Amino acid sequence: MDSDSLIEARGLTRRYGPNLAVGDLNLTLRKGEVLGLLGPNGAGKSTSMKMLTGNLAPTSGDVLIRGISLRESPQLAKRHLGYLPEQPPVYPELTVDEYLGFCAGLHGIGKKQRAEAVADAKRDCGLTHMSSRLIGNLSKGYQQRVGLAQAIIHRPDVIVLDEPTVGLDPIQIREIRSLIAELGKNHSVILSSHILPEIQAVCGRVMIINAGRLVYDAHIDAHLGKKGLVAQFANAPAASELQFTGVQKVDIGPAGRFLLELADGADPRAELVNAAVQRGWGLLELRLETRTLEEIFVELTSGDATLREAA
Amino acid sequence: MNAVWTIARHEARRIFVSPLAWAVLAVTQVIFGWVYIGMLMQYLQNYQTADQYTGVSDFIGGGLYGTATIVLLLVMPLMTMRLFAEERKSNTLTLLFSAPVSLTQIVLGKFFGLLSFVGALVLLLAAMPAALLPAVNLDLGRLGAGLLGLFLITMSFGAAGMFISSLTREPTIAAIGSFGLLLLVWLLRMPAQFDNGFKSVLEYLSLISHYQDLISGLFHSSDVVYYLLFTALFLWLTVLRLDIERN
Repeated sequence: MDSDSLIEARGLTRRYGPNLAVGDLNLTLRKGEVLGLLGPNGAGKSTSMKMLTGNLAPTSGDVLIRGISLRESPQLAKRHLGYLPEQPPVYPELTVDEYLGFCAGLHGIGKKQRAEAVADAKRDCGLTHMSSRLIGNLSKGYQQRVGLAQAIIHRPDVIVLDEPTVGLDPIQIREIRSLIAELGKNHSVILSSHILPEIQAVCGRVMIINAGRLVYDAHIDAHLGKKGLVAQFANAPAASELQFTGVQKVDIGPAGRFLLELADGADPRAELVNAAVQRGWGLLELRLETRTLEEIFVELTSGDATLREAA
Repeated sequence: MNAVWTIARHEARRIFVSPLAWAVLAVTQVIFGWVYIGMLMQYLQNYQTADQYTGVSDFIGGGLYGTATIVLLLVMPLMTMRLFAEERKSNTLTLLFSAPVSLTQIVLGKFFGLLSFVGALVLLLAAMPAALLPAVNLDLGRLGAGLLGLFLITMSFGAAGMFISSLTREPTIAAIGSFGLLLLVWLLRMPAQFDNGFKSVLEYLSLISHYQDLISGLFHSSDVVYYLLFTALFLWLTVLRLDIERN
């Protein structure tokens, strides 16, 4: 599996003075994966993305892009990288064609292939009819598309998009999302957002960051839509004691809370209540629910979260 | 080298699509034109006193190009203030930082782009005495040395201004900062008028000391080297400053 990992972050840490912005972030992205980076405001999403794209030097740790270290040979590694920061880095005084031509040159695309690369990027981002318009005169949505075109013009293996749909109207959001899904087929995409349905709509995998730490990493279909049992105890038992029939996985939440992942059709509620009574766990809450990303998110970011690894 | 060229062309394009560049060229041309006519009239009044040692070329070299230096000291900070400060403010610096180019390439590219503007200014200043060529016997070597001096000193202004621009995200602060820095280096000579231990050091470091010989047509390679070193120093400082930004 390692051979087709396109981007790999190892122990990425960033401190601003005494403040820890991102701590020990590990991340591996394979070809064709769309990874959603979720987190509340100020969780460290943008800092992580800046480090992944070489815009910010990590305090410790390294990023490998196709096995090339961003620290040791940044120019070589950045060839395989496209980045759309939170605000599209566009020059309002240039036309779309002039701007994209410059970006192509910056990424080392030869003069002969440049026109073709610009045309392809414009077609992919629905900009063809805007070619000779000044970027400053375009709407926010179109400027965002120009930013996106800039990130894909050199057909990088890894595309990093920081909140690509922020400030757009609902129709533009849908268009950008379908574009990202389209891109995800041929490139690897890392996408950050704090809008949950967006992540659910386009990402195959999700990572949740809270207070600079990775608290959740799973494939979306692995956890979502499955039934789960939420239980809270006054005297928390060991996780191994909760392995009733039909329980696939036990997650430990904050304050004596447990999340039991259930197999289809399983319902160990009666069994759990019996065990709780016999062993004196002091059952406080028991509820059967279908987990949505939003619930996972709220659970993990609104308390002392522990790191969970998904299957 | 390709990347430097790409960035330089981009920078030159951005300079020349901005109204600021054209406004600066227009305003400075009006002033230069006025001074030029004034110099010619002054010469016409006093041509009897002119001998084989002073001629039209001296009036243009010493007068026009001397005044031009002061005007350029005033306007170059306006041209350099945007180089990094504005890019930082509008978040476009990220584009350059995420591209597969080195900081040195970015700095050199931007600097060469700026030189295209300096080149345009100097060419326009060359065009004024050139208009006299059909009628007057000019000392071309002397004017050439003056123009070279003008180019070198403007280039130095540009490098220093670019460094100041890399320090801040407010173009206006970059402008006043570079203006202050340039004026200070210019005036380093002032205390040198008094005989003290630093006289020769301060006089050597001042931007203007190296210029006076050049505009009056005296070509010293040490003066040229001074401007090249001055420029290289500030380009290097800019690279260092940008490197700090990532850490």
